[in-house]
Amino acid sequence: MDIIVTALLIFGLFLFLAGAIGIIRMPDFYSRLHPAGKLDTLGTLAMVMGLALYNLHQISIGNVLVSVKMFLIVFFVFIASPTATHTIVDAGMRAGLRHWTKKKKRN
Amino acid sequence: MISFFLYVSVAMCLLMLVSMYRVLFGPTVLDRLIGVNAIGSKTVILLLLIGFLYERVDMFVDIALAYGMLNFVAVIGAARYFHKRKGLYEESFID
Repeated sequence: MDIIVTALLIFGLFLFLAGAIGIIRMPDFYSRLHPAGKLDTLGTLAMVMGLALYNLHQISIGNVLVSVKMFLIVFFVFIASPTATHTIVDAGMRAGLRHWTKKKKRN
Repeated sequence: MISFFLYVSVAMCLLMLVSMYRVLFGPTVLDRLIGVNAIGSKTVILLLLIGFLYERVDMFVDIALAYGMLNFVAVIGAARYFHKRKGLYEESFID
């Protein structure tokens, strides 16, 4: 059981690390939203799954209820995080940010 | 296992510092908003880990859920506020 929890936590940390590196290294506003929208969501799923599995080491009503609440957090994040990312993209489109092209340097 | 949770929490704080670079030095205000969103989604996990460290998970899971909801509302409100701002494209070339 502990091995599965450790593997899930390390996998979630790897996803968060990839998301953070993507947020720093991407060249453009729209391409920065790509790791921020996806990898944080999947990293939240992996780490909360590991923590909920660790919480069930002895089965009781309270522990099962807390684990179900953790998966409610995951359900809410899976709805809210892509919606927030889409809202930021919409704000960028309305504010007139243009795409990143390779040959265009600073004016 | 508790000490492993402590190490994971410290690593999560370091990743939040990495995302903080985009908040501090982002060219436009929407880039800073991306960094705030990423830090908020890491904070939800960090609150659950703190709950395991203090052995009060039943209390901290509610705090994490409320924080996730607050982060969502804050990002949507800020994005709706900043979408009328013009001149972001010229601002994005100031590194």
